[in-house]
Amino acid sequence: MNQLKTLILAEHDGKELSASVYHAITAAQFWNVPVDVLIAGSSTNDIAQRAATISGVARVIHADAAHLVHPIAEDITNLILTISSEYQVILAAHSSFSKNILPRVAAKLDVAMISDALEIQENQTYVRSIYAGNVLSTVQSTDAIQVLTVHGSNFATAAMGGSAEIINIKAPEAFTKTRWISESIIKSDRPALTSAKVVISGGRSLGSSEKFEQVLSPLALRLEAALGATRAAVDAGYAPNEIQVGQTGISVAPELYIAVGVSGAIQHTYGMKDSKIVVAINQDPDAPIFQVADYGLVADLFEAIPELTAALN
Amino acid sequence: MKILVAVKRVVDYNIKVRVKADGSDVDIDGIKMSVNPFDENAIEEALRLKEQGKATEVIAVSIGTAANQDVLRHALAMGADKAILVESATSIQPLGVAKILKAIVLRKQPGLILLGKQAIDDDAGQAGQMLAALLDYPQATYASNITLENDTLHVTRETESGTEVVALTLPAVVTADLRLNDPRFVKLPNLMMARKKVIETINVADLSTDTDSKLKQLKVSEPPTRKPGIKVNSVTELLSKLRAHDNLKL
Ligand SMILES: Cc1cc2nc3c(=O)[nH]c(=O)nc-3n(C[C@H](O)[C@H](O)[C@H](O)COP(=O)(O)OP(=O)(O)OC[C@H]3O[C@@H](n4cnc5c(N)ncnc54)[C@H](O)[C@@H]3O)c2cc1C
Ligand SMILES: Nc1ncnc2c1ncn2[C@@H]1O[C@H](COP(=O)(O)O)[C@@H](O)[C@H]1O
Repeated sequence: MNQLKTLILAEHDGKELSASVYHAITAAQFWNVPVDVLIAGSSTNDIAQRAATISGVARVIHADAAHLVHPIAEDITNLILTISSEYQVILAAHSSFSKNILPRVAAKLDVAMISDALEIQENQTYVRSIYAGNVLSTVQSTDAIQVLTVHGSNFATAAMGGSAEIINIKAPEAFTKTRWISESIIKSDRPALTSAKVVISGGRSLGSSEKFEQVLSPLALRLEAALGATRAAVDAGYAPNEIQVGQTGISVAPELYIAVGVSGAIQHTYGMKDSKIVVAINQDPDAPIFQVADYGLVADLFEAIPELTAALN
Repeated sequence: MKILVAVKRVVDYNIKVRVKADGSDVDIDGIKMSVNPFDENAIEEALRLKEQGKATEVIAVSIGTAANQDVLRHALAMGADKAILVESATSIQPLGVAKILKAIVLRKQPGLILLGKQAIDDDAGQAGQMLAALLDYPQATYASNITLENDTLHVTRETESGTEVVALTLPAVVTADLRLNDPRFVKLPNLMMARKKVIETINVADLSTDTDSKLKQLKVSEPPTRKPGIKVNSVTELLSKLRAHDNLKL
């Protein structure tokens, strides 16, 4: 029998591999079997080349087709199904890209899926969080193929220095009942939220989108920080949806997380409690955010943040 | 066109659950249960499509025990026309849920199936995509806006880099994000009226689908808590504490 391998579904934006792919590659080393990386897209030779130089990658499986320029879950699923029999594990870093696709793959393979594994253990056992991170659940799968996403920040980033073979494969025909129409990507000069060393998150208390920028961006500029927000701030229109941190937004684990006027609801702390150092600035001494903060300052943010920015400059 | 909405009964989002002393499972005895928040958005959206004259009937379906009648009554009180309870004594994982929903779809032939983007108990976020796979239907997850023209559904999806719009040819599966809409409040008289409505009950065994899972929960535990921090009295003190961390290079 051929040795079964691990397949990583790699996310990219058409130009660059997502930083999370490097974490997924590290996670995949657990099984000690060859790790293949799937690059699907259009005009993605450079990305495939790049993936081939990451240490720990056995082969890059490259599917380049015009209709994959804005990949939809249906097409990527059908592509994975053409090669899935070679793999015992199909894995990706947990993100809105992978969690859209891999459940579809798992159902087609008639296996369960493990979402956002925090830890991989022997005997197809995984630890993941449930109830917005309030509970850890240890699960074991006896499915023939393991389909999972992993919590990127829990796995180190893979080093460069590989020289994998690139195998070009043909993508199946386009699934025509879903058509990609448009996207709106908000460009920001700030570092990416998921890889920034410092994240400053603002809550509803900022009061308006103007204030959100006015108060937080000078500090962000000084600290080379990414901005995050609570759901309440996003819902109120003070911040764009893609910077929502939490159970239903993104998870971050920077060196320093500064929560500004954030109450600290469990749905929010889910997305930031792995941060190394947490600072909370809130005028309510009983705000739950102080329970997860290393340094808490009870203060009016409209005074404290400018003061902090000035002191740093 | 009929719309089928999947409604899960979950521990209310305000409640912090505890694990049982023996670590076998979470302790939800006597705890307040509610409609999964995202599913409430799904119901609301179905009702709005009906109010726009784009759908004729909204059917809510929930999988669980007889206790799930309460969430179905909530959906009926919001305005759903019909409710189906698929009764199962054991709790069912997303793939099993998708298989059951597929069986219901084949019976009721809805043009659109709406689910929540994730259940806030298992935090899986899988059932919608799995259902779409089993039916080979088009899918759109994390919907923050939906418009229906003829047979084409335009869905705005929330992604990590912004939003994207996809067009789906019906029948299709869509999962709702919280920003899709603000679910209406249920008025007491509507709730009284919903109490009188008949809920169609189907035993899961009668759907002849295999809902067993090869994924077993071995144990649950409390997550590690962060070391207690300290309160600082001023911005100056905060900064000196932070500057003591060499790695931050402040
Ligand atoms: C299913 C579900 C999923 C959710 N997912 C998420 C998620 O992913 N992310 C998320 O963040 N939330 C999420 N939420 C919402 C969450 O429950 C909270 O409502 C939200 O996080 C609160 O945001 P906030 O802290 O900005 O607002 P509030 O709770 O209103 O808190 C504002 C805080 O600011 C403080 N404050 C006010 N003025 C000042 C001032 N001048 N100076 C200093 N402090 C001040 C107040 O003391 C208060 O603590 C979710 C909710 C549900 C139901
Ligand atoms: N037991 C259930 N009954 C009805 N709908 C469910 C059930 N479980 C999951 N769903 C639906 O599937 C969505 C996603 O659930 P999950 O994949 O478990 O996160 C939920 O928001 C519901 O719409």
